[in-house]
Formats: sequence, structure tokens, C-alpha cells
Amino acid sequence: MATAAEIEKQAEAREIRTRWYLSAPALIIILLAASGPLLIVLLYSFLTPGPYGDVQWKFSTEGWVSVFLERDIFDDTLSFASAHLTIFWRSLKLALMATVATLVFGFPTAYFIATRSERTRDIWLFLITIPFWTNLLIRTFAVLQVIRNEGLINTALINLGIIDQPIQMLYTDFAIMVGMVYVYLPLMVLPLYASMEKLDFRLVEAGYDLYATRWQVLKRIIFPLVRPGVVAGSILVFIPAIGAYVTPSVLGGGKNMMFANLIELQFGQGRNWPLGAALSITVMAIVMMALLVYVRNTAGSEVRHG
Amino acid sequence: MKPMMSTAVAAIALFAATGFARAEGQLNIYNWGNYTNPEVIKKFEEKYKVKVTITDYDSNDTALAKVRQGGSGFDIAVPSQTHLPIWIKEGLLLETNPGGMENFKNVSPDWANPEFDPGRKYSVPWAWGTVGTVVNTSTYKGDINTWKIIFETPDELKGKVNVVPEMKDVVTAAIRYVGGQQCTDDKEVLKKARDLLVAAKPNWVAMEYGAIDKMKAGDFQASTTWNGAALRIRLARPEVNFGYPKEGFTYWSDNVVVLKDAKNVENAKLFQNFIMDPEIAAGLSAYHRYANGIAGSEKFMPAEMKDAPEIVIPEASKAHGTMALMCPPEVDAIYTKIWTDLQK
Repeated sequence: MATAAEIEKQAEAREIRTRWYLSAPALIIILLAASGPLLIVLLYSFLTPGPYGDVQWKFSTEGWVSVFLERDIFDDTLSFASAHLTIFWRSLKLALMATVATLVFGFPTAYFIATRSERTRDIWLFLITIPFWTNLLIRTFAVLQVIRNEGLINTALINLGIIDQPIQMLYTDFAIMVGMVYVYLPLMVLPLYASMEKLDFRLVEAGYDLYATRWQVLKRIIFPLVRPGVVAGSILVFIPAIGAYVTPSVLGGGKNMMFANLIELQFGQGRNWPLGAALSITVMAIVMMALLVYVRNTAGSEVRHG
Repeated sequence: MKPMMSTAVAAIALFAATGFARAEGQLNIYNWGNYTNPEVIKKFEEKYKVKVTITDYDSNDTALAKVRQGGSGFDIAVPSQTHLPIWIKEGLLLETNPGGMENFKNVSPDWANPEFDPGRKYSVPWAWGTVGTVVNTSTYKGDINTWKIIFETPDELKGKVNVVPEMKDVVTAAIRYVGGQQCTDDKEVLKKARDLLVAAKPNWVAMEYGAIDKMKAGDFQASTTWNGAALRIRLARPEVNFGYPKEGFTYWSDNVVVLKDAKNVENAKLFQNFIMDPEIAAGLSAYHRYANGIAGSEKFMPAEMKDAPEIVIPEASKAHGTMALMCPPEVDAIYTKIWTDLQK
């Protein structure tokens, strides 16, 4: 006769099996849809470029070598591929700045929404999601209309007599940052709000009762409790930002390549698909490692509610 | 055209195109975006009782890559002269022999036997044009028929110049400016060209395709551009003129070809013949704003195009132009490195 413990164990095993069956279709799709194309990219990175695009089915490590080393065009010496590093650093810097900026703007916004009454919260959330109804490209062009030389801001300032020459805002790093923050802000606000909504504000009150300053309350109570939201928001902003392509091209003027542009060049006018494939995998590996480190470090110090 | 948007559009249209390809009375055209006059297409549809579907692409490399995969479902494509020999060499095209078609007699002698398709065995002229500079002449009064505008920018234009990021065109212009030939593998010349480009870049405000809109709106005061784009800008801002750089400007030509795996071969041939009719060719020009290579089409052209200096090349400048060629892969690889150095 089975003891109660055994029956419970069996039920648990059955439960786990059911869960696997239920999630199998989604897992299979993710596995095929994600790993299939990735394997092709990996394969292509080890082939020889075709003379006019495409690849030849001949094994070569040249694509990978040229990710890190470049042969000087003029004296044939091999050196570190500093151009690739410069471009990668630019993308990384931009992604980090966008993450920090959206956090700075998003944190108070999320806090504001979370502290409203339940009905008004929904209205605020609704307003946050409205930009998502429009295509990214259209939102970016809207920013362009506002900051261009004969755009809204410059025309207004000139008509008010504050300036007599338009201020060059379009095609600057400032323009790229404005665009990125505008486009990615909802991705930061929503997970932050999800965390803050669960925040027990009695703890904040308790903090004040114990003579904590506002800064101490924020740093010692609120921030540790909403950390999962900060982590999720940062990841959601950082990953698309490092591959950002449209916003920097449209608002930055395309003078300086982003990493995504460098990859595109290899598949387009550069006709070096293996190098493009190797560059894609390189940036993916770097981002993945950075995220693993980040998530592990932040998860370790999690604070429990209550 | 922004790559992301057009790819999405192309993907959707490709779906539609492959879905209907087998039906009777169809023609699937794969062409550059914003390039095909809908009224001309309507005339063709009515005359031959054919349903035409048009799908956009944004670069020669995109078009070549997609067609090369096979099963694209397209009957017709419009590659540039640089890439056309590759299409022929790789066996992607059907030899329709337009040279023997009824309307071929209308093709201007200049375009009847081109280097990129000797004897016109595969292709029919669609449009041809030039790559030069546009300058707002109220901002800069000096000579505009020179690449100096771009590479040694005069003070009035500093920080107001755009360069259209067509790698081949830009690097070739720089090579010509330092006294070399297109597709050169002379390291000395290439080095000079790279140094010129890198030194010139701080005077540019952007490197992007949207020159028409931005020149009209005053975001740019000068830009490299195609002649048809220059015409569109001048019609909106009369002070913007097109320059034919004396150091050497480039001719290009896009040509209508039939794909080997086309499912509607007869309709495609009809279309090739159809657009060699002078009145039809003029209709195409009225839309895409380029010359078409069909003799006698001038008299059907819109008035503002007939004597436009962007379309009718001034005698003094004619000698400075050369047809753009495809460079050997190893030279292209150097161009790509120069380009990466320029944009890093």
C-alpha cells in the first residue's frame, strides 16, 4: 500500500509531466525558430565569401579572423581591427547611456503612476502604451520633424526672436539620445511599474517613522524592493539599444556607423557574408555574457518582501 | 527608402506574388521603390488584359540575393548596369533577345549596344542618369561642377553637406578627385582617396539617402545625388542646381530583364516591347524623372523635363562622364575597408 507521501510524490511527478507536455509546443517552436536560423548564421561565418555576395561552400576562418584582425590595405601588415572595436564601443556606449537615461526618466514616472489611485493608474498606463500603436520608424520621423532646422523647435525659437540662426540639433549625438529615450522609455516604465505596484507602501511609512531621510528610504527600502523591475527594464532597453539601427541612422545622419550598420554593410555593398555572420555572433555572445554576469550579480542580493 | 520598411513591404508583396504567380494573365515586376508610373502600368494592364504586381527593392545587392535563391516568383527585374553582367553570368536571365523586338528600332543608338549587354540579348533600357552634386546656389556662389563641394568643402557649405552613402559612387568620386580611374588597384591612389575622404568628413552633416526632402527643407545646402532627384529638388527650390563634376562623374543605367524562372514569360516579353514605345517611355520618365534611352520620347515628355539641365547634359560636361562598372571582388574588398575607415 502506498503511503500518503508516495501518493503525493506521484501526483507531483504527474504534475511536472503535464507541465512539460503543455509547454512542449511553445518550446519546440522557440527551439526551431531561434536555433535554426542561428545555426545557419554560425555555418555561414565559416564559409568563403562569394565574389558578388552570397557564400561559397568552402570552409574558411577568414571571416572570424577579420572580426578581430585587419590586414592593412596599404602595407599588408596584420593588426588589431581597431575600426570594429571603435564601432562596437560606440554602440555599447549608446546602449548604456540609453539604459541609464530611460531609468532616470522612467523611475519617477513609474513611481508616480504606482502611487495614484487604482482607476487613474489605468489611464496613465494606457497613455504610456499609446506610442506603441505606431511604427518605430514613424515615431522616429516624428522626432525628426520636431528638431530639424526648419522644424517645430527652431521655427518657434526664431519666431519668438530668441535665436536668429537655427540650432543644429538633428544629426548630433543629442538627437540620437532624444530618439532612443523616447522610443525605449515605455520598455523601462512598464516593468518598473509592475514591481512598484506590488510595493508595500507601509514599509515606506515605517521607514519615515524611524526617521529615515527621503534618500535613505529610496536607497534602503524602495530601490531594493523594485530591483527585479529595474533589472527587467534595463535588459529590455539595453538589448534592442545595442542593435539599434533605425534611430541612429535617421536622427544621427549615418556619418558614424553603429554595429548594426557594420553588419548590414557586409551583407549589402561590402559583399562579405561570412564576416557579417561572424560579427553578428560576436556581438550576441558579448551581450549574452554581459547579461549573465549582470543578472547573476543582481539576483544574488535580492530582498524579500515583508 | 529605409531598409527596414521596404523589406517588410517586399516580404508581404513577395507572399502575394508567389501566391498568384500561376494564374493566367499575370505579370510580377520586381523593381526599385517609387520608380514605376502607375498610369503606364494601367495602360499595359488594359491593353493586354494582364494583372501587374509590383514589388520594391532598395539595392542591387538585395535584388540579386533574393533572385539568386530561386523561386522568387518574379518575372521581371530592373538591375543596374554594374550588376547586370553578374545576372547574365550566373544564368539568372532568360535570353528574350529584345534586339529583335518590334519596338527596338526606337532605342537610341547610344543605348542600342551597351557594354553591359552586347547586342541587347537580355535587357531593355528603363532609365539612365548621372551621379553629381546639388548645391543651393544662394548659399554658395562658386563653381558647382566639381567634387570640391564634397571633398574640400568651401566655408559657406561647411557642416551643411550630405553624402549619399552609396559606397561605390563615393569612393569612385574620391579616386577621380585625386586623379585615379574607377576600380583602380593602385595602392598609392587608394591611400590618397582614403585620406581625402577621412579629412573631408568633418565638414559633412550627414550621410543618408533622404537628400530630396532634406534639400527642399533646408537641412542640407549641398549633397551628392542622382540627377532625377536633383530635378525634383529644383522644381521645389529653384535656387538648387545640379553640378556635373569636371573631375569625372558617373553614368548609370537600369534595365528591364526577364528572369529565367519567370512563370509569365510571354507577358514579360510584351512588357519589354511595350516600354520601348516612345510615348510609354516618356510616361515612365514623367514619373521617375530620369531620361529613358528611347529616341523620340522627348516630344512626349513633360515641359519641365524637355530642356532640364539635369536631364539634358550640357555639351561642356559630356566628356567628363564615364559609365560605372563593377569592380573585381578584391578591389571591392579594399573599397569596403576604406568605407569602414571612413564611417568608424
